[in-house]
Amino acid sequence: MHIAVLVKQVPDSEATVQVKADGSGVEIEDRYTLNFFDSLAVEEALRIKGQGGDVVVTIITLGGQKGVEALRTGLAMGADQAVLLDDPAFAGGDEYATAMVLAAALKGMQVDMILCGKEAFDDSSGVVGPLVAEFLSMPSVTSVVKIQLAPDKGSALIEREIEGGKEVIKVSLPVLLSAQKGLNEARVPPVMGVMKAMRAEIKKLDLAAIGLPATVVGRAGSKEEILRYHRHPQRPAVTMLQGEAADIVRQVVGLLKEEAKVI
Amino acid sequence: MAGAVWVFAEHQEGKIRKTSLELLGKGRQVAGEVGAPLIAMLLGSGVDALAQELTTYADTVYHWDDPAVALYNSEIYCQIIAELAHKEQPQIFLAGATFLARDLFPRLAGRLKTGIAVDCLNLELEEDGLLVARRPLFGGKALADVVCRQGRPQIALVRPNTFSLPDAQGPAHGTVVRLPVGVDPAHVKIQVLEVSRPPKERLDLTEAEVIVTGGRGMKAAENFRLLEELADVLNATVGATRGVVDSGWRPHGDQVGKSGKTVSPKLYFAVGVSGAIHHVMGMDTSKVVVAINKDVQAPIFQYADYGVVGDLFEVLPLLTKEMKQGTGKG
Repeated sequence: MHIAVLVKQVPDSEATVQVKADGSGVEIEDRYTLNFFDSLAVEEALRIKGQGGDVVVTIITLGGQKGVEALRTGLAMGADQAVLLDDPAFAGGDEYATAMVLAAALKGMQVDMILCGKEAFDDSSGVVGPLVAEFLSMPSVTSVVKIQLAPDKGSALIEREIEGGKEVIKVSLPVLLSAQKGLNEARVPPVMGVMKAMRAEIKKLDLAAIGLPATVVGRAGSKEEILRYHRHPQRPAVTMLQGEAADIVRQVVGLLKEEAKVI
Repeated sequence: MAGAVWVFAEHQEGKIRKTSLELLGKGRQVAGEVGAPLIAMLLGSGVDALAQELTTYADTVYHWDDPAVALYNSEIYCQIIAELAHKEQPQIFLAGATFLARDLFPRLAGRLKTGIAVDCLNLELEEDGLLVARRPLFGGKALADVVCRQGRPQIALVRPNTFSLPDAQGPAHGTVVRLPVGVDPAHVKIQVLEVSRPPKERLDLTEAEVIVTGGRGMKAAENFRLLEELADVLNATVGATRGVVDSGWRPHGDQVGKSGKTVSPKLYFAVGVSGAIHHVMGMDTSKVVVAINKDVQAPIFQYADYGVVGDLFEVLPLLTKEMKQGTGKG
């Protein structure tokens, strides 16, 4: 069984992000980490491998040096191999163009299951995973909190989170599943794993290797375009209320009613 | 003629979801501006009453009424909606950014070879009919205006509570068009066996207008009773921080924050919440924020409109009592 895990290196939630004064872009502090939901996806692949049988786990990302860091984290956790999709033509792509590249690379890999995070912290869109499945004509289930493979590994029972509840879905393999919090707790890479990952060879695939024309990848292949960036609007200065509890409670209720008019 | 404006009408337990009504309101405005009809898409079984209700908002209601679409199934839904979209070429397609829509619409975008903007916080039209969608990046630390240059329809999934509900329903003016469900079972590899949703009196966090969230300052699971009581009075939904969820005091589904839910209520109470950045990312688009914390230095006060400095165990019962009197529920 071959499981591919799509991963992405993203800014840490503590990293500062500054919008340029002219709105043309953002400056991101150099504090990156493996996307949280992707770490759950890697963990799940390793747990399936741990259940026995002949399972190979391949980690895949698109991007340059930052991508390599994501792959090394996945390898350190215990993945078998890593693939970096890297070509100048891939730059500036939206989710559509990114999914196009990933799908083309996966097409040649004979995968039985694709795992990914439910969304990446940087854009929180959660679009790439299902798009990859669509391009591969494979079913997809997002926001997955439980995966139970059938003994013959031809299908799986999936639990998916929905508002205030869950859905239980039976799906045939190959399938793409996106990991939601609650699926598992990702392991911390062991020291031996980290050392092994540093030496591991990372397979690189460029545009020619995946066999796509330059017109369908990167900026050229994108559907969406960012016109400009904005700062998050600032909240007015806080009104602090201190003193006797009974007094300040009366005050805050009064303010919510008279000033904010929300109750 | 330019294509129509479509709105996906999601429903749950016999009611159109609030977020879909918000989008029908916005859709009406957008349709007016581009001079196109507003069409609601309804899939379900035995939901004729909902189709009728939708005619008060939309010019046309496309209604697929069939047991095959009674439960959401991404492959069936995608197939039948994509077929109609190919035929009718809508220019804009809006939906609430729900679990369903976030599962379905990326696939739909792929099948229709078009773009998609998810979790939008605003929508505006440019003169040429181009839809500008404002969406958060990096957990809301930046916002981006995006447009779909290639492909139609322009698909936008909007965060619930972003737009206000449409005005009180007028008389029904729209027509219901019933469409047959023709699905090739060979192409359906997903089977939904069960949907379990424990009956809840309260709205989901993502749709709630008022949220009361407790942090580690609540000290124990049983103390959330104090928040439940306040929530009862305010018709609010109770949320929790990552620390609370990781301690097992509340279920994962209650988590507000980067690895949990992103919420935009009218009024948000952060009680015993320190204000770690991963929490703020989930609630910073709330309209009005009240923070209750005994530590005057707590970072949460930087993200609040009103800061109550005090012991939550003293403040909460008083607040519940005061609200009861104030809202006439005493």
